[in-house]
Parts: sequence; structure tokens; C-alpha cells
Amino acid sequence: MARIIVVTSGKGGVGKTTSSAAIGIGLALKGHKVVLIDFDIGLRNLDLIMGCERRVVYDFVNVINGEATLNQALIKDKRVSSLSILPASQTRDKDALTKENVGKVLEELAKTFDYIICDSPAGIEAGAMMALYYADEAIVTTNPEVSSVRDSDRILGMLASRSRRAELGLEPIKEHLLLTRYSPKRVEEGEMLSVEDVVDILSIPLLGVIPESQAVLKASNSGEPVILDIESDAGKAYQDVIDRLLGETVEFRFLVAEKKGIFSRMFGG
Amino acid sequence: MALLDYFLQKKEKQVTTAFKAKERLQIIVAHERTSRNKQPDYLPQLTEDILNVLRKYIKVSDESFSINLDKKEGNLNVLELNIELHDEKTTD
Repeated sequence: MARIIVVTSGKGGVGKTTSSAAIGIGLALKGHKVVLIDFDIGLRNLDLIMGCERRVVYDFVNVINGEATLNQALIKDKRVSSLSILPASQTRDKDALTKENVGKVLEELAKTFDYIICDSPAGIEAGAMMALYYADEAIVTTNPEVSSVRDSDRILGMLASRSRRAELGLEPIKEHLLLTRYSPKRVEEGEMLSVEDVVDILSIPLLGVIPESQAVLKASNSGEPVILDIESDAGKAYQDVIDRLLGETVEFRFLVAEKKGIFSRMFGG
Repeated sequence: MALLDYFLQKKEKQVTTAFKAKERLQIIVAHERTSRNKQPDYLPQLTEDILNVLRKYIKVSDESFSINLDKKEGNLNVLELNIELHDEKTTD
């Protein structure tokens, strides 16, 4: 049985695509067959973060319209062979996706893949609803910032009422909180919501905390998902996320600021 | 001065911007959750349908009809209909 995981958030720019890319690569590196789907019709970007933008020939909407087969549209990752990417279209209108035709594509993919990762567009419009509709699990990507937390709560409401699982009265979508762009130093200074604060407000289990990191921009610059930067803090944090997704208990890292020496603390550093 | 700041910081903890953020979020999120729960998506359509059925048999004006879905303690949900009936019992 393939696990369908939606990476969602409500708010834009919080790290959905960065996280989808990292999680896709991470799961594939563990030997699982993974497909990453970009649901952001009209604003395709997952291809760029994955570094396969020049290999896009056909896209999700082509497949839905029967203009290409799934095999023609899927792009095999050059680094990890068990990973494929289904890019979003760049020009077609957003109404191309319906519950029926998306369901058919997912059903087809489920025959081959262990994990189907759906990278949701921002907002709560049709595209985002489509991305979450068939999900078994949801990774709610959130920044420690008021508007992001509020939007995440709205998305949790959607997961609980508008998904297939909700409509059919099945077991609810398994929710995970992924806190990104976390800055322990600012938390200690009282300038940023802490992990505990966000968990308190959203009350869903914590999957991971990704520190604010220079490695993320470097990774997107070069089209190499940050999880491949194994020396970086963000890369290590995503690695932990993968282990937790696979059921391991891993201690949370990067939650405290690097300690300054006693002298710089007393006399100002 | 850093030493002084360090001790003063403890006192000020309650008015940090992070504290304000959490307080504001808790209020707005709780508010939005209750309104989400009170007004399910189907309520407007249900209201419409009930009114249509009622109007087959009796005269009901929009003002003499009200519908409410309330959450009581525990798992109890109450759907409350209020219809004011006038003298004529049938439409024809």
C-alpha cells in the first residue's frame, strides 16, 4: 500500500517545496520507491528545487488530459534512481484537476511507488484542496510566526473536513508538524515563538524542526535538495525527519542556540 | 551592562514579543475553531432544503424560521429548528 503524504501549509513561502524535495530524496535514499508530485499548477517550482527543470517534457496536466502517459511525464532523478518527479504544468488553468482525474493518476502511481509525496500550492483554493484530498498523512509546514501558525490551523481544519478520509468517515489523516526556519537564538531572546508554543497552539505531533540555515538557499541555488548537504544543520534536521517518518524515535536537534562563553555573556559579546 | 540586562530580562519575560504572539494566536485560533465547528459546510444547504419541504405544506416566511446547530457539553450536538406557524395550515 502506497502512503500518500501531502506537504501543505496554507501560507506561502514557508518551505513546502524545499521540504517536499528533501523528504522525497531522503525516503528514496532509504531504498523506497518515491514519486514527488507538484500540485502547484501554473507556478511550477519543484523541478527547479530538484534540479531537473531542463528535463521537463510532459507534465501532470498532460497526463490528466491524456496527451502523455505517466511514464512519459515522470522524470527519474539522476542521483537516486528510485525517485521520480511529476512536474506541474506551467500554463494551463487550475481547473484542470478534478477529484476524479487526480484520483485515477494516484491510483496508477500507487501500483509502482511506496510513497507519493504531494507538494501543495499555497492558499486554500482548489489546487491546495486537490493536493490534500487523497492524503493518508499530512506534513503541515509552519514557520514560528503568527500568520503561518494561524494558516496552518486553518489547513488542519480542511484536513479534518474536506479530505476524502473525512468525507468517507475513515480514519482521519495523520497529521505531522514540521517547524521550519527556526532560530533558537531568537527564541531565547523572546523574539520568536518556541517549538513548545507552536505545538501548544496547533496540538499536533511534532515531526521535525528545521533550523534557519544558509544551506537552504545554497541548495536551491544549485538544485541539490538540502538533505544532500549532509554536513549542514538543515540537512541533518531533514535526515531526522526521514527517520521519524519511518517510525524511529530520534531526539530533536538544533533547538538551543550555540552557547556563548561566560565572558561574552557577562560583558556583552 | 550586559550583566544588568541579564537579570532584568527575567522580569520582562512576560512582555516579550513571542509571549504576545502566543497569546494573540491562542485567542484567534480558539475563536476560529469554534466558528468552524458551529457552522458546518452543509448548514446553508440544509436550511434551504428544510424550508423547501416545509413550504410544500405550510406558509413559512424567512423571518418566522430559524435554524441552529449547537454544541452542548460532551459529544452532544443539538440541531434546533424554530418555525412560527400562522393560522392557515395549508397553502391551498
